[in-house]
Amino acid sequence: MIENIDTSLIDWSRAQFALTAIYHWLFVPLTLGLGIIQAIMETIYYKTGKEFWKTTAQFWMKIFGINFAIGVATGLILEFEFGTNWSNYSWFVGDIFGAPLAIEGVVAFFMEATFIAVMFFGWGKVSKGFHLASTWLTIGGATLSALWILVANAWMQYPAGMTFNPDSVRNEMSDFWAVALSPVAINKFLHTVLSGWIVGGVVVTGISCWYLLKKKHVEFALASIKVGAIFGLAASLLTVWTGDGSAYQVAQKQPMKLAAMEALYQGESSAGLVGVGVLNPAKTGYNDNVEPFLFKIELPKMLSYFAERDLNAYVPGITNLIEGGYQTDDGKTALSAQEKIEKGKLAIQALADYRQAKKDKNETSAAEARTVLDDNFAYFGYGYIKNPADLVPPVGLTFYSFRVMVILGGFFILLFIVAAILSYKNTFGGKRWLQWVCLWSIPLVYIASQAGWVVAEVGRQPWAIQDILPTSAAVSRLATSSVQLTFFLFLALFTVLLIAELGIMIKTIKKGPASSEE
Amino acid sequence: MDSTYILLQHYWWFLVSLLGALLVFLLFVQGGQSLLFTIGKNELQQKMLLNSTGRKWEFTFTTLVTFGGAFFASFPLFYSTSFGGAYWVWMLILICFVLQAVSYEYQAKKGNLLGKKTYQVFLIINGILAPVLIGTAVGTFYNGAEFFVEKANLTHVGMPVISSWATPFHGLEAALVPWNLMLGLAVFFLARILGLLYFINNIADEEIRQRSRKQLLVETVLFLVFFLSFLVHLLLQKGYAVDPETKNVFMQPNKYLFNLIEMPYVLVILLAGVVCVLFGIIKSFLSATWNKGIWFAGAGTVFTVLALLLCAGWNNTAYYPSNADLQSSLTIENSSSSIFTLKTMSYVSVLIPFVLAYIFYAWRALDLRKIDHEEMTQNKHLY
Repeated sequence: MIENIDTSLIDWSRAQFALTAIYHWLFVPLTLGLGIIQAIMETIYYKTGKEFWKTTAQFWMKIFGINFAIGVATGLILEFEFGTNWSNYSWFVGDIFGAPLAIEGVVAFFMEATFIAVMFFGWGKVSKGFHLASTWLTIGGATLSALWILVANAWMQYPAGMTFNPDSVRNEMSDFWAVALSPVAINKFLHTVLSGWIVGGVVVTGISCWYLLKKKHVEFALASIKVGAIFGLAASLLTVWTGDGSAYQVAQKQPMKLAAMEALYQGESSAGLVGVGVLNPAKTGYNDNVEPFLFKIELPKMLSYFAERDLNAYVPGITNLIEGGYQTDDGKTALSAQEKIEKGKLAIQALADYRQAKKDKNETSAAEARTVLDDNFAYFGYGYIKNPADLVPPVGLTFYSFRVMVILGGFFILLFIVAAILSYKNTFGGKRWLQWVCLWSIPLVYIASQAGWVVAEVGRQPWAIQDILPTSAAVSRLATSSVQLTFFLFLALFTVLLIAELGIMIKTIKKGPASSEE
Repeated sequence: MDSTYILLQHYWWFLVSLLGALLVFLLFVQGGQSLLFTIGKNELQQKMLLNSTGRKWEFTFTTLVTFGGAFFASFPLFYSTSFGGAYWVWMLILICFVLQAVSYEYQAKKGNLLGKKTYQVFLIINGILAPVLIGTAVGTFYNGAEFFVEKANLTHVGMPVISSWATPFHGLEAALVPWNLMLGLAVFFLARILGLLYFINNIADEEIRQRSRKQLLVETVLFLVFFLSFLVHLLLQKGYAVDPETKNVFMQPNKYLFNLIEMPYVLVILLAGVVCVLFGIIKSFLSATWNKGIWFAGAGTVFTVLALLLCAGWNNTAYYPSNADLQSSLTIENSSSSIFTLKTMSYVSVLIPFVLAYIFYAWRALDLRKIDHEEMTQNKHLY
């Protein structure tokens, strides 16, 4: 009997990973942003010697600590899920993917774990300078850890610096720097960390505004807003730059993701960027000839510019990517999905032939099979794809998430500009409407942050590693019921812990900075 | 095979073993947690105990994460086979560490939803389950697990999974092997001993110190019963040997005993470790003022576990044997990363002494002043 992977196992494994990643990403961005803000505040204390800044920094450290604990908890699960739920993936690319994870552990996690203890418990026990260094090293460690995991994630979007070894049946690293310094990795790191800084800026400004609305801890709140708003403004302006870089990399390396982000079915030259739009729910396939939009407002030629740095460039749509036949940047004719699938099947068969030939000690056949494998390896993952339509990621989710992220990103720039100006004119305290807006921006910044990851990860589907390994071939061989059980276990556990975290956070905020230490 | 490659595989098995050994030492945090209500008889004492282990829990946690990362990077076939196969064992270990990660920070805070007691029970669950489960899982290094590895499966488009588990219990069956469980219990009681020695060192409270010294006796007796039973059985049992020429795995009588004889430096490390552990315990028990026991027993633990793990992977031994299919067994040779990756990561490993140095420095800076009543009543960041 020919066995087949149960598709529900793939779906539940993806659901569990998505659940863990979403929960983890609720906590990480605040760690990244707040970590810098509190370090800036402690630096001011160190420079000025004013107790006010010490109290201010200590209050935000309290918030940091509550948030950090649950971020660590969810991160642990995420790391091990690569093995527990994606075992084939772990072998197939472990040689490349494992290294950043190990470096993350040795270089970043220990730095974070060591100095966070000094940051929390070292007040009065170590010198002011050592304490300040510990605060910076804590956030330095957190940021370094983000670097390495994002290098690993970027590699999944754009696999580089490796060669496939048919003897070990895996990809092996051949160029560490191609992995660590790939343009996708650099953009991803900067964009993700800076987005975390925005979260930090919005949360600090929002909570401070709550104090202003309540007319409590006014001096503390205004000082925190000054730091939070300027920091947030700088971060959000830089995020525009890294976002542009990220979009360009997506266009170059993952054109299907870009097409899904824009719901662009038919490619065109001088393509416009959809500013806002409503998708047509009647459209169910790439080739059903149904109009994709009920309504849209486009910025003319801008998609071509962002994708190719050329206002008149051609940008392929979903249908073109499936059907092929258009001219690629290097002047070649693009293959259709079906042709890629055929090449993928050739590569997989060549691997089987190679191994058999090696077993039979037939070196000539092995060399022939190796040539076929090498010639077609770029399409290896396509060999597992049953239907070309499976290559289209969920368009609606990707399209709307992208817009949510970008529109909210624009809103935060505006918000920080207004907040920073009024803060420096010392008139922020009287603008209650703005204080309400800042407060309600807290949930919005989390939505924007999550939406960014939805674009990155949902848009990559069906691939675990772009073009090389689809999720269907990456999964562990488990009973679907086992994964369902752990999914609901984690859902219940993380939700309870999130409610507890919010409860503690709210109580701590209500108590305020003066009595923030219990 | 390239001799550099062989050297790197041995080097990375050493590093993974060292991380494992450090992890077992750092399980003193879990041991201490499991004794929360045994040693802490009132709220203040419990607070001191929690603040004592609470300032170190992240080291244990981080070592676990790094151990996972290093294993992934250096021996990815173990990572994919064991984690994806012994699913339930690893899930249980992970869940009990999740409970720990939030419990210290949340237990004493207002608005924590579940109440202080629940988080303290979480810490006790983590304190018991983590050492028992980790010890039991490591027991499979010597007694085998139930899996198949077939790399050619990747060419089966419908079912391309390379590693599969042979039982529907996905790892839980390891607990049915008494020698695995015995190692689990030995690790558990060792963690409790280390926890007690750490309290004696770290908390300036006479009652806690006295009670900890008294408790040492019962924990030590239980530890020795389980550890010596495991060790004697290990030396007498058949082991999973690898033919260096054909790479075939076969059962060899007294394999682990021979490993110690053939690698006398490992035997020396093992004996030195056991002596250090016993010295740390006995002197702490007999002296009412000596508080350095944690360092001796801790170093001894690292030596002992390191020696046992080296025994599992070096000298042509299959470190993760399969009882379902002997030839699927994992060795440091057939499961390691490529020479390029091992070499690249070896450059990174040069940083490890530096990391250990700053951990030591920061640890010392914080522990110069011991935890006492006065600190617990100050308006500071406390658990």
